[in-house]
Amino acid sequence: MTEQSENIETEQAEEKKLENLVQFLSFTLGNEEYGVDILSVQEIRSWEPVSRIPNVPSYEKGVVNLRGAIVPIVDLRDRFGLSHLPYTPLTVVVVLQSVATEGVGKVMGVVVDSVSDVVDVDKKTIQSAPDFGTKVSTEFINGLASVNERMVMLLDVDKLLKLEKLEDEDES
Amino acid sequence: MSIDMAQFHQVFFEESFEGLDIMETGLLNLDMGDVDAEEINTIFRAAHSIKGGSGTFGFTSVADFTHVMETLLDEMRDGRRQITQPAVDVLLGSVDCLREMLTAIQDEQDVDEAKVTEYKKQLEIELNGSESIETTAIESVEAAAKKPVDNAQTGWCIAFSPHAHLLKTGNDPVRMFRELATLGKLTTTVDLLGVPDLFELDAEECHLSWQLDIIGHFPEDEIDDIFNWVEDDCDLSIQILSEQEGLDGQAAAMESIAPSQNLKTDVSMDTAKPKETGLSPVTKPNSNKNKKESEKSVAKTSSSIRVDTGKIDTLINMVGELVITQSMLSLVGEHFELNKLDQLKNGLSQLERHTRELQESVMNIRMLPISFVFSRFPRLVHDLSSKLDKKIELVLVGENTEVDKTVVELLSDPLVHLVRNSLDHGVEMPADRIAASKPETGTITLEAYHRGGNIVIEVRDDGKGLDKEMLKNKAIEKGLINEDAVLTDKQTYELIFMAGFSTAEKLTDVSGRGVGMDVVRRNIQSLGGNIEITSKLGQGTTIAIHLPLTLAILDGQSIAVGDERFIIPLGAIIESVNVTDDMINRVVGKGETFRLRDEYLPIVRMHGIFDVVSARATKLTEGLVVVVDGQGMRCGLFIDDLLGQQQVVIKSLEANYRKVEGVSGATILGDGSVALILDIPGLVRLSNQ
Repeated sequence: MTEQSENIETEQAEEKKLENLVQFLSFTLGNEEYGVDILSVQEIRSWEPVSRIPNVPSYEKGVVNLRGAIVPIVDLRDRFGLSHLPYTPLTVVVVLQSVATEGVGKVMGVVVDSVSDVVDVDKKTIQSAPDFGTKVSTEFINGLASVNERMVMLLDVDKLLKLEKLEDEDES
Repeated sequence: MSIDMAQFHQVFFEESFEGLDIMETGLLNLDMGDVDAEEINTIFRAAHSIKGGSGTFGFTSVADFTHVMETLLDEMRDGRRQITQPAVDVLLGSVDCLREMLTAIQDEQDVDEAKVTEYKKQLEIELNGSESIETTAIESVEAAAKKPVDNAQTGWCIAFSPHAHLLKTGNDPVRMFRELATLGKLTTTVDLLGVPDLFELDAEECHLSWQLDIIGHFPEDEIDDIFNWVEDDCDLSIQILSEQEGLDGQAAAMESIAPSQNLKTDVSMDTAKPKETGLSPVTKPNSNKNKKESEKSVAKTSSSIRVDTGKIDTLINMVGELVITQSMLSLVGEHFELNKLDQLKNGLSQLERHTRELQESVMNIRMLPISFVFSRFPRLVHDLSSKLDKKIELVLVGENTEVDKTVVELLSDPLVHLVRNSLDHGVEMPADRIAASKPETGTITLEAYHRGGNIVIEVRDDGKGLDKEMLKNKAIEKGLINEDAVLTDKQTYELIFMAGFSTAEKLTDVSGRGVGMDVVRRNIQSLGGNIEITSKLGQGTTIAIHLPLTLAILDGQSIAVGDERFIIPLGAIIESVNVTDDMINRVVGKGETFRLRDEYLPIVRMHGIFDVVSARATKLTEGLVVVVDGQGMRCGLFIDDLLGQQQVVIKSLEANYRKVEGVSGATILGDGSVALILDIPGLVRLSNQ
């Protein structure tokens, strides 16, 4: 999986070599700012009630009908262990699609506080994620970039999309 | 000129496998005593097109092998050879061998040469057995050339030069030559002069002309009859052949054969023939290379489906109507006034009807006749009955009943199992049958028919039937049930579906290991169906499989638990009851049960296992208990309310998410929200955890 994603990333890098820029969609969770590769963003929707799935971790909110496809919704606040915020019609769901897997990628919606901007990041300026040991989980973070003096944490969409147990299921 | 032949490989394989099936069916249908000429023709044609195809694509091993088969079949067709059971068996074996060869080529694996040679040898033995009686048309060129004609025989010399478009009229010179060869000794000489340059050559045109010398006593009329069809499409002259001319003709034949590279006149005169023969040194290596390179790129598992054009036409009509309705509706919507309400309602009901029809006809495209499964059974029964020394007739009923493609594919293994069981355990040995004053030949019937939204497939035999006492004793002996268990007839028969249960006295390679029936039942249930046994001792057994017509749509019962909606497959529901306090019992450590008539059933609280906080009913007497059956496990599902029955389209949860215990899929309800479809066996497992 990671190999593949690296491949894709290098491919994308080649495409953008001329300007050496990567575009990210940035969004906020509390006071923190995150970014996902713009190519993996399928659409941005507002929050709508989900159908709950029984016996799953609390951050997996449930599934919705996205034009005939059943798409899971994950609350990133819950996932990253931030305090829960009540959902309002202004709550944003970013629908992400994994590009790493061949064929039709998996689609998932993530609940975020708000979408801020599309930012261009020079590949060279991306720092690798700092190691906090086991204290803070940085497994989803691909790197850090600074945009207008603010730090944006760049998320690895493919890792994000891999929900727990998913791997076990695939193997069995 | 490198045309990428690989793109046609898939089609070739599909057609070849179809052809093999035709051959197999045909061979099995051959009645030794009274052979239907058309049947042999059908078999021959199938073999012929496989040979032609494999030749074209450069699968020489297949072409060579088929050639031998074809020769044998040809003799049978012309009545020059008696059709015997051994010959048919060899041919059947060869069909299998050919199928393996083709599969191997398709999978880019090595062909089992030893086996091929073995069968080829058998075929040749079969062939040569009769060769002494009469020289075949195929060898006549060489044979005639080797030994000069003994006596002065009268014969005919035919100059036959077809016009270029002859092949397009559907006439095949080779056929005619074969026909001629039945009249007497035929010598053919090909004139290749007319063949144009490769680049100007149209593969569909015939540029060859022939001189045909035929020796024998028969009137000219018979030759005329043969060429009757092509009279207008060729230049034909028929002359009486004297002895001298005959010999010259032979010599000429030899000469012209030599330079044209083993151009045997019997080689199938496919439309592509001139190209193949004349230019083989150029094209062969090329196409071989192509084959190797491109076979890698062929997607092996691409699954395709052949659809009746009629079905597609209906679909197009339907879409057309839908478009009309849509434009009508948008017209109404553009300037909507209240007096147009009727129009709107009208349009909406039309839209609804068309959508439903469209859905039905799209489903219809996935439908295949059940004969796709049934067609393999004549062979199976034929082989097995001779192995077991039983006399069995297989009757197929309702082969045209249509089922979803997925069902067809998944049904075949369980059915094979059931038929084998019937053969092995059901139908008795001929002697036993006579003793039981039954006809010596047993009958196994495979029947398919529609009932309601289901398809029912029955495997029926008129054998000895199931012995209830024996079943029970066996089950006790194996420790599957308690000695004092009281079982209904149905429950007794169900014993044979239990893992580890076998009534066969000794193991055979046909059946008897006691695995299988439980797998059969699991397979059927995974398709959303169920399986039923009825049996009469001494009169036979019927096993009926009930399956939903399609796997994409399900008849569901929607239920409410709190604010949440779930769908229970309608087929799983037995009944729903309001329980009263006196029906409820508590079992230590095992939770709650309730008594339904004579049975104690465990209660599964939906709000409990799915953790629904909003559930209205938490006391068993407040809600409803739905009795459901999941893979033989019955239980009462405790829910708030039943809502309504509806057909739901099954959507995969796993496509974007993952499998969830107790849930088999999801569907989208009329209001656009998602409801989960319950997996009853999974729920039972979940509640036991």
